[in-house]
Amino acid sequence: MPTLGADMQAGTLIEWRKQVGDRVARGEIIAEVETDKGLIEIEVFTPGVIERLVVAPGEQVPVGTVLAIIREDGTPVETGAAMQSTTSAVVAPASVPTAAQPMPPAMTPPTTGTRVRASPAARARAAERGIDLSTVVGSGPGGVIEREDVERAAAVGEGRAGAAPAGAPPETATSERQTRMRQTIAAAMARSKREIPHYYLAQTIDMQRTTAWLADANARRPVTERLLAGILLIKAVALALREVPELNGTWSEDGARVRSDVHVGVAIGLRQGGVVVPALHDVDRRTIDDLMQGFRDLVTRARRGSLRSSELSESTITVTSLGEQGVETVFGVIYPPQLAIVGFGKIVERPWAVAGQAVVRPVVTATLAADHRVTDGHRGGLFLAAIDRLLQAPERL
Amino acid sequence: MTRDEMQATILRVLGEIAPEADFARLDPRVSFRDQLDLDSMDVLNFVIGLHTAFGVDIPEADYAKLATLEGCLAYLQVPCAAART
Repeated sequence: MPTLGADMQAGTLIEWRKQVGDRVARGEIIAEVETDKGLIEIEVFTPGVIERLVVAPGEQVPVGTVLAIIREDGTPVETGAAMQSTTSAVVAPASVPTAAQPMPPAMTPPTTGTRVRASPAARARAAERGIDLSTVVGSGPGGVIEREDVERAAAVGEGRAGAAPAGAPPETATSERQTRMRQTIAAAMARSKREIPHYYLAQTIDMQRTTAWLADANARRPVTERLLAGILLIKAVALALREVPELNGTWSEDGARVRSDVHVGVAIGLRQGGVVVPALHDVDRRTIDDLMQGFRDLVTRARRGSLRSSELSESTITVTSLGEQGVETVFGVIYPPQLAIVGFGKIVERPWAVAGQAVVRPVVTATLAADHRVTDGHRGGLFLAAIDRLLQAPERL
Repeated sequence: MTRDEMQATILRVLGEIAPEADFARLDPRVSFRDQLDLDSMDVLNFVIGLHTAFGVDIPEADYAKLATLEGCLAYLQVPCAAART
């Protein structure tokens, strides 16, 4: 069961899309899982042949549970305990992928007899709570068990004690999902405020050139190909990260892991309440039109509740825009384990000084909330300045 | 297309974007955005939906005219009347 966000604890398998013996390619959808973020399509990380489907539809299992065994190409068929070490299990440590591997390696729970790799903090916590470390799946580098993993396993254990018996029909009622989503957001945001020393910066940006370029571009486009200002802001963030890359990545016990891929989590508010933050992948390398298409698709599927596992676990930074209802400044809370969140308010007309004259200009306030363990205000300031500069040449975004 | 048919089509398009909305309580003179909590992506999808349903091209500068149900009916009446003749 992949972790689809910092504080997801369990998921319910709804349906297998593949059968034993089927050949699966990387990125193929193998199963559908119900979580507090809606129905999520689970993607395969390792190509091969499905050897065994471990979890049955209707079962709720904790994050880290092996869902299925996939025999990698070239691996001989084996049986028994050795199987897991020579095959790949469909569980994803996807919240902290490494820079060198765009798709994180599949991870297997430590098998009995081998030394369990865990951080000292995790060992202490496990002893305290009476958790057997061999049942915990690590999310750290190389599958090392971290304190968070122990907490998660402990919480899931507690939750299951009073939960519905396995095999009970999955909870699909919207109100229940909303309650669980609220709890997930609460856990992630509380952890963020507890553990991440945030610093905050704001910069007001002249949007004259960007809005004029956008109006001109949209006037020449059919309605189906029109752009939103938001997509230009997201692209500007991604390009600015090339100049200040240390804001892009994830935090683990070993410190910051800066990523070269820029996967921007876009905060999408749901009208019924709650928010989901799916990733737009490789934003710095894609064209505006391609991004706009991807963004529309992402928003549509987020609202329908049908996102994919990679979209919920691979963000390296978050962008939130709360300008729709008139908010001008966003003071963001970092989504763990990320290192920063960028906020944009409403684009509003304001008096603006140009060459000693007061003129009226559309402006937007860009904010940065970043992890002070990783960066300082000076670098954060350079990042916001880079966004400003990029938005003065929208045709090059 | 009659006015009633136009209204039904507009609400159908809107229903695809905000399926949870209760149209019985919709005030035709107040903006959809305020009543249904729509964002700019919803507005864009609404305009695309109207474009598909009514076969009209809608420049971005006209989006403001489509903010309310009454506004939509007035705006779309002209191309619909033209299609009848």
